[in-house]
Amino acid sequence: MTIFLQLVVTGVAVGMVYALAALGFVVVYKASRVLNLAQGYFLALGAFGALLLAQLTRLPFALAVLGSLLGSLLLGLLVERLLLRPLIGKPVIAVIMVTVGLAAVLRGVILLRWGAGNFGFPQLLPESPLRAGPLIVSPVHLGALVISLLMLGVFVAFFRGTTLGVAMRAVADDQQAAQALGVSVPRVLGASWAIAAAVAATAGVVVGSINGLNADALSFIGLKVFPAVILGGLDSVPGAVVGGLAIGVLENLAGGYVDPLVGGGAKEVAPFLVLVLVLMVRPYGLFGTVEIERV
Amino acid sequence: MTVRLVLSDCSNFKVRYQDEASLFENDVGRLALGAFLVLWFVGVPLVAGPYLLTLANLAGLAVIGATGLNLLTGYTGQITIGHGAFMGVGAYAGAILGARLHLPFWAAVPAAGLLTAGCGAVFGIPSLRLKGLYLAIATLAAQFILEYIFVHWDWLTRGTSGYVVPPAWLGPWRVAGERAFFWVISAAAVLTTVLSCNLLRTRVGRAFVAIRDNDRAAAAIGIPLFPYKLLAFSLSSFMVGVAGALYAYYLGVVVPDKFTLDLSIDYLAMGIVGGLGTVLGPIYGAVVITVLPEVLRAGSQALSGVFPGITNALIALREVVFGAVIIAFLLFEPEGLADRWRVVRAYFKTWPFAY
Repeated sequence: MTIFLQLVVTGVAVGMVYALAALGFVVVYKASRVLNLAQGYFLALGAFGALLLAQLTRLPFALAVLGSLLGSLLLGLLVERLLLRPLIGKPVIAVIMVTVGLAAVLRGVILLRWGAGNFGFPQLLPESPLRAGPLIVSPVHLGALVISLLMLGVFVAFFRGTTLGVAMRAVADDQQAAQALGVSVPRVLGASWAIAAAVAATAGVVVGSINGLNADALSFIGLKVFPAVILGGLDSVPGAVVGGLAIGVLENLAGGYVDPLVGGGAKEVAPFLVLVLVLMVRPYGLFGTVEIERV
Repeated sequence: MTVRLVLSDCSNFKVRYQDEASLFENDVGRLALGAFLVLWFVGVPLVAGPYLLTLANLAGLAVIGATGLNLLTGYTGQITIGHGAFMGVGAYAGAILGARLHLPFWAAVPAAGLLTAGCGAVFGIPSLRLKGLYLAIATLAAQFILEYIFVHWDWLTRGTSGYVVPPAWLGPWRVAGERAFFWVISAAAVLTTVLSCNLLRTRVGRAFVAIRDNDRAAAAIGIPLFPYKLLAFSLSSFMVGVAGALYAYYLGVVVPDKFTLDLSIDYLAMGIVGGLGTVLGPIYGAVVITVLPEVLRAGSQALSGVFPGITNALIALREVVFGAVIIAFLLFEPEGLADRWRVVRAYFKTWPFAY
C-alpha cells in the first residue's frame, strides 16, 4: 500500500508536467486544429535556453528561466507567423508535417549546441527528502507540483480575466462568429502558439530540474502528450490537466508493478496502449467535443 | 501495331477510351522508359562501384516503402506515422521465417509482406471510426507499441540482440553482395511501382481516391468505406513489409533500433518531397531523402579544412537540413518534385509558346 501511494504521489508530480505540456498542445489545437508534433522540442529548448542564459549571463537562475520563457514566447509567435500561417486551409498532412519539420530543425539546433549529453540545472532545492507519514517526497517533486499549479492558476486567470484570453476562447468556440465581433483571428493564433511554447518551456524547466537535461528525454515528453490529450479530449483544457495527471500516475504504476514482471519498458508503452484503447472506445476522450457525422 | 514517334500531341484530345486508360500518351514515353530500365539493370551495375550500389539499394528499398505509404497517405488520404514500425514487422517476419522456419528467400519475402499486411490491417481497424488527426495519432501509438514488441518480446524477436538472417538463395543463385541485391531490390521496386500504377486505374484505385477526396460523398455513392480503408492499409503495409524483409536479407541482421519513429518520419518526408498522390513522387522523394545525408557528409568533408569539427556536427546538421527541406517543400513546393517535373515538361512541350 505504501508503495502504491508512493508511486501515485510521484506520478502526480510527473503528471502535472505532462498536464502543462498537454495544455500548450490543446491551446494550439483548439485555436487552429493543428497537431503540434514539435511540442517536445519546445520543452527541450525552454530548458536548454534557461541553462544557456544562466551560463552566459550569470544571472540568478530564476531570471534565466524567465528569460527563457520570454524567448519561447517569441519563438512561438515566429513559428506561427512563418510556418503555420502560410498553411492555413492546406491538407492536414501538410500541417502535421510542417511541425515535424520544425521538430527536426529544433532537434538539430539543440544537438549542434549541446549534443546528446546530460546536463543539470544548478541545485536550488535541498536534496534531503521530506517525509509525510510513510511517504517520501523529494523537494524537487514538490517544487514541480507547486510551479505547475502556479502556472495552471495563471492560465485560468488569463483565460477568464484578460481580453486576449476571452478572445482566444471565442475563436476556439466559433472562428467566424468571433471574427464578426471584431476579434483578430491571426493575433489569437499567434498568441496560442506563444502560449504553447511558453507553457512547454515551463514544463521543460520543471522536468530539467527533476531528471536533468537530455534532448531526447525532454522531447519524448512531447509525445507523451498524445495519450494525455486523447484521454482528456483533444479540445478540452480541463481534459488536458486530467489526462496529464492520469497518464503520469498510470505510467508510474506501470513502471512500479508491471516492469519487474515483463523486464522493463512497460512504463514507456503503457500510455500508448491506453491511447489505443481510448481511441477505440471513446475517441473524443473524457471531456472532448463529440463530432457526429452522418452520411 | 504502328509506333508513333511523336514527341507530343498538339492538344489533349482522345478519340477512344483505350487512349484515356493508357499509361503513355505516345510511344516516346514507352521507349524512354524501356531505355531507362535497360540502362538501370545493365548499365548501372557495370559502371557503379560498391558505394553507389549501396546508395542505389537503400534508395530502392525506400522507393518500395514510400510507394506503399503513398498508396495509403497520398491516394487514400489516411495519414500514417507508423510505417517505420511496419517496415520493422516485415523485417522481423522475413528474418523469423527465414531463420526459424527455414523458408527459402523467394517465399519468405512475400510471406513477410503478407504478415505485415495483416498487422497493418489490425492497426487500420481504428480507421473505422477515426480519421485525419485521430488516425495519425493512432498510427503513432502503433509505432510505439510495435517498437516495444521488437525490443521486449524476447521469445519472438530475440530482443536487442536481434536476428541473423540466413543467406538468400534464388534457386541455384546465391544473392549476396551489393550487385546481386541491386538486381533483386530494383526489380522489386519496379514491380511495386507498376503494381501501384495499375491499381490506381482500377475500381479499387478510384475508390481510394474518392475516399481521399471526400469520404462522406464516397460513402454516399456506394463505396463501402471500411473495407476499402482496410484494403489500403493492408496493401500499403504489404509493400513496406516487403521492403523490410528485403532489407533484412540485404543487411543480414535485424535489430530493433532501425525501425524507430525517425524512419516513419523519413517515409512521410519522402512522400512530401516527392509529391503525395503521384506515381513517380515516391521515387523522387526516396532518392532525395536517401541521398541527402550522403551529400551532407561529402559536403562537410569538403569543408572540414575550413571549419574543423564540422564532421562532428554532422548528425545535428543532418537534422537541421532535413527539417528545413520538409518545411521548404511544404511552403514553396507543396505538390512535390513530381509536380515540378510535370511543370517543366509542360513548359518544354509547348515551347516557345506559353501554352
